[in-house]
Amino acid sequence: MDALFLNQLFNGASLASLYLLAALGLALSFGLMRVINMAHGEMLMLGGYLAWMTLLVVPGALGIILAIPVAFVGAAAMGGLIQSTLIRRLSARPLDTLLATWGVSLILQQGARDLFGAVGVEVRAPEWLTGSFVVFGVTLPSARLFIILIAALVLGGLALLLLKTRIGLLVRAVNQDRMMASASGIDVKRVDFTIFCLGSGVAGLAGVMLALLGPVTPNVGQSYIIPAFLVVVMGGLGSIVGTTASAIILGLFAALAQIFVDVSVAQMLLLVFVILFIQVRPQGVIAVKTRQLDA
Amino acid sequence: MSAPLIEITALSSAYGQSQVLWDVDLALERGQVMALIGRNGVGKTTLLHAIMGTRPSAGGTIRFDGQEITKLPPHKRSRAGIGFVPQGRHVFPQLTVMENLETGLSALAGRGKGAAKVPQHIFDLFPKLYDIRARAAGFLSGGEQQQLAIGRALAGEPSLLLLDEPTEGIQPNVVQQIEAALVHVRDELGMTVLVVEQYLDFVWRFADRYCAMQNGRIIRHGSIAEESAKDVAHLVQI
Repeated sequence: MDALFLNQLFNGASLASLYLLAALGLALSFGLMRVINMAHGEMLMLGGYLAWMTLLVVPGALGIILAIPVAFVGAAAMGGLIQSTLIRRLSARPLDTLLATWGVSLILQQGARDLFGAVGVEVRAPEWLTGSFVVFGVTLPSARLFIILIAALVLGGLALLLLKTRIGLLVRAVNQDRMMASASGIDVKRVDFTIFCLGSGVAGLAGVMLALLGPVTPNVGQSYIIPAFLVVVMGGLGSIVGTTASAIILGLFAALAQIFVDVSVAQMLLLVFVILFIQVRPQGVIAVKTRQLDA
Repeated sequence: MSAPLIEITALSSAYGQSQVLWDVDLALERGQVMALIGRNGVGKTTLLHAIMGTRPSAGGTIRFDGQEITKLPPHKRSRAGIGFVPQGRHVFPQLTVMENLETGLSALAGRGKGAAKVPQHIFDLFPKLYDIRARAAGFLSGGEQQQLAIGRALAGEPSLLLLDEPTEGIQPNVVQQIEAALVHVRDELGMTVLVVEQYLDFVWRFADRYCAMQNGRIIRHGSIAEESAKDVAHLVQI
């Protein structure tokens, strides 16, 4: 195998990690509330700017470590604000939610343009993230390794949260049968809110990772939100395992396609691939199968 | 006589333009077992959902345990002490049996009780559930799911238990177990029970009173000791 292929394989893995971080929040909130948050991409943007600001205050290696919780909390708070003021009030109307959150997305993009300028800001990554390792003639940039590591940690943490904690149990119950969860004493709106904050926070984290790779611009979220939607759709709408699998498939697909075609054609091929995949397997990568006795 | 545990006054409910409950008045004394009977589509299930809060009511009031609950969301009614075993059982299909029972503990929130563990008496009542505690609920048989749904409601230590057709689609030997469980609920746990059922011989074995619905109204009620299942059978048959 040649070095280019291995290189793209590695790039694909880090792209998959970004897709995953961007898509997890969408998948979680879609699974729970059946709503699509068009402003989700702006949580990435917010995370990116928060990372930049953190590094202004605390430059160097410590800054980037500090930026992770700052971006997580900042984006989670913004997500919470959007959920409690807008999405909760439009809960039964998916189309209105789509439109309203798109409006929020535009407002946030313009807000960033006014505050930070249209050009974008550059995060100066610390030295240990700017280097690279050479393994078998393949150059592995540290920043991309770092992204893969963070995505793996987030995924592991999320799995532990969902499978091993009380709040995770409640989330799964609400996800599977909202009416019954509510009738069993679970405050479903609080669960919605918590998960929305969590998903937004993870997107904020993804924003920090984006900032390590390139400039943070007001519309940086837009270039990742479409692949993130594709990941969620192909993953089987709301399933975490499916979302992970589909993020890996699509990340690798996009990176490997770039061996043969340029970036924009690769994006187009990605879309074609997902459309064909959904034709063959409309239920997504992971289909939920159980013995449902009654409606 | 103390105040009824639940008192429903002039309750109405509608699906869009079509009204399904009209001026329903119903009261249950503490410890009473009430059978709610009637043909399909007369509003029995809607009435249970209106009591639980999982369907909005259009008018009227519901007082439960001295508190007006008409506008409360379902989880607050559950925490106030209403347990629900709905039609179709609604177990959480991808949760294990144990996890399903643990969701029921949410009803204990705000009652100053630790919601840590599923009480042993539920497994004493349904030993089968303990044996299959690690299995996903979606793969259980209908009878097992029904026991699980009742167990989950009991985990929340309700004072009022609502059951919607607990014998529907269940084999006879499990029906006996469910009957024994409901007798236990009444006699040992002192719960008040409102049970929707078309299988009259079943409810006549343990209920105290019945009320019959027709076209969204309660048309008749009476004592089970004084009237036989045959006397009211015409209200259920088509």
